[in-house]
Amino acid sequence: MKILIEYFYCQKVSGLRGRRMYRIVAKEELNSSVTKIVVEAPLVARKAEPGQFIILRVDDDGERIPLTIADYDREKGTVTIIFQIVGATTNILNQKQVGESIKDFVGPLGKEAETNGYKNVCIVGGGVGCAIALPIAKKFHELGAKVTSIVGFRSKDIVILEEDFKKCSDKLFVLTDDGTYGTKGNVTAPLKDCLDQGEKFDLVITIGPLIMMKFVVLTCKPYGVPVTVSMNPIMIDGTGMCGGCRLTLLQDGERVTKFACVDGPDFNGYEIDFDEAMSRGRMYQEQDRHANTGSCNLFSADKDNKSER
Amino acid sequence: MAFIAKMNSMPTLDASVRSKNFKEVALGYSANVAIEEAKRCLNCKNKPCVTGCPANIDIPGFISHVKNNDFDKAFEVISQSSCLPAVCGRVCPQESQCESKCTMGVKFEPVGIGRLERFVADYHNSKDSDNEQKAKQVQPNGIKIAIIGSGPSGLSCAGDLVREGFEVSIYEALHLPGGVLSYGIPEFRLPKRIIRKEVDALISQGVKLKTNVVIGKTLDIDDLFEMGYKAIYVSTGAGLPKFMNIPGESLKGVYSANEFLTRVNLMKAYKEGSFTPISTGEKTVVVGGGNVAIDAARCAIRLGSKVTVVYRRTEKELPARLEEIEHAKEEGIEFMFLTNPIEIKSDENGFVDSIVCRQMKLSEPDESGRARPVEVAGSEFEIKTHSVIMALGTSPNPLIRKTTKGIKFNMHGGIVVDDNGKTSREGIYAGGDAVTGSATVISALGAGKRAAKAIMESLTK
Repeated sequence: MKILIEYFYCQKVSGLRGRRMYRIVAKEELNSSVTKIVVEAPLVARKAEPGQFIILRVDDDGERIPLTIADYDREKGTVTIIFQIVGATTNILNQKQVGESIKDFVGPLGKEAETNGYKNVCIVGGGVGCAIALPIAKKFHELGAKVTSIVGFRSKDIVILEEDFKKCSDKLFVLTDDGTYGTKGNVTAPLKDCLDQGEKFDLVITIGPLIMMKFVVLTCKPYGVPVTVSMNPIMIDGTGMCGGCRLTLLQDGERVTKFACVDGPDFNGYEIDFDEAMSRGRMYQEQDRHANTGSCNLFSADKDNKSER
Repeated sequence: MAFIAKMNSMPTLDASVRSKNFKEVALGYSANVAIEEAKRCLNCKNKPCVTGCPANIDIPGFISHVKNNDFDKAFEVISQSSCLPAVCGRVCPQESQCESKCTMGVKFEPVGIGRLERFVADYHNSKDSDNEQKAKQVQPNGIKIAIIGSGPSGLSCAGDLVREGFEVSIYEALHLPGGVLSYGIPEFRLPKRIIRKEVDALISQGVKLKTNVVIGKTLDIDDLFEMGYKAIYVSTGAGLPKFMNIPGESLKGVYSANEFLTRVNLMKAYKEGSFTPISTGEKTVVVGGGNVAIDAARCAIRLGSKVTVVYRRTEKELPARLEEIEHAKEEGIEFMFLTNPIEIKSDENGFVDSIVCRQMKLSEPDESGRARPVEVAGSEFEIKTHSVIMALGTSPNPLIRKTTKGIKFNMHGGIVVDDNGKTSREGIYAGGDAVTGSATVISALGAGKRAAKAIMESLTK
């Protein structure tokens, strides 16, 4: 605890500029649009659990964006995040190099993924969502559960973390939309096969684009398998203050509003109003695209239809 | 001596100019006007105004120094009771507090106490006073106190404790200090440099500010005790926004006032170069009638939107400060009273297209003493709009409740405390909106002072 206290930096008078910041200690480009960075943030690392997220602000005038914790090292005091370059802020974040710092980095936020008591789980990840699914798969593996991982990507050049998934999965299915790597098709196909073959998952966890998660839920429904979805809506403070991240859940015929930042990010997949969540996710698409092209022509608009994961 | 019946008016930026920018609206008294206004004070022996001030500032005391042209002395008097005079002079609802008790106010207009407080604080802040602050160093007593939340209550508690030699650390969840002063109250009503100045003053006295730490997540209360803090003051505010639970509230273009104001104030979304987006469209409807509703409305008009405030009671019941309502009207904000939304309708892309409201009429008073509005059957009508801002009040932030054992909460989520701010758990104190639900800056400040006193008494015995 003593060491932790020392990590705190006490702000100097008017000294927002001189403040201790969060240093990037490693950086790796996982593919052309997905980057992994390891950030010095000992207080966050100390409490982080799979499924939780952080909020960061790259520099002054920067917006606050939520990113899920992909890994953490309590001893080194580091937190790993993996992000897809989709908008102005992720562009700027991607320009930061090892040794440079991020202005603000706060967490761990949200509830941790529930991993206790499960024996046979299926993890379904899509695109950069796989980065978030990985620590959860690892945790299940460590706890002795049987882990089936199904990971899907658009095409071969954006496949990430395959080796890592192999290590913590009893079964692994890799798919691409265009068939350039692994099996061609959607993640729902092997999921349905497993269920048809009588696989008795006691939980399916899905993390990825909303449309994918929606179809994972629909696939599981006839089999009565519980599905947990990990939501990542637009948010600002991450402490339940702004309500920007609100979602509608259908519980016993009632429409109930929940805040993803404090009530989530994990929810019962059968209760989520996906169509509403998808619509809300597009709220600032136009503005973000303009900010993106306006600030830097290097990052043209071809990456913007994907969600942050 | 002849009485001057009217309060000296506050110079303001012209409405047509200010409604297009975020510059401060009220410009403040000049020294001459301040002295003139101070002369209106009768210096009553029984000081009724002081009883109307939650921080019990010696109001006639500081005003008599203003009268004598000794503004430094006046500041000294105020700062014995309040560490945020430049803030309170601007945002306090003086008309229902100190000024409502003013003897002058019985027959004439009350003395402009708030305006004088602001003048004195601004005078002080305009001088380079850093050295002066440092001269007043006290002997540290080595007792560590943690304060959770850097809003007005936390700042006032910190100020009182650090002056007595305590080692005070403030933990703040956001990246900037100030709490609601930073994220909630807009620049044109409370310029951010003023908060900065007040916070800097505390830091120069030795208060440590730790931003980006969410207590209940990054660290919890037990961690803080383990780190050696002897007492903890919980001033986490009322950050949880309320919604109406009507159809359409999740449409794009519907904001909680918290989200809207946070984007505008904290994230500076209105400024060129800010990466935080905000969009109101041509027309905005604000639902609610409190100060927050008026703040949101006045921000929206500055972003170039036409703004209508809908409120379910009449103008008489509006809880917002009179001055703010007047300013809002001058800036061109339209009010629709006895109007209550029942549904928000969407366009084909899931954005707000209109808000459906029902006419209300007032019936007998409810438990709050205000006339209860009831719906008029068949009175539905539609207002075309692009944005809807819900400013219906907030509840205490639930994070501490969810992560701390041994603290009692009331049915509204507020922390239960005794008169000294002591909670049901040893060593933990609480105050401000976290206890009362959304209230005023000055009552939060007063609670911080009471808790500071109780902490001092229990730890230095």
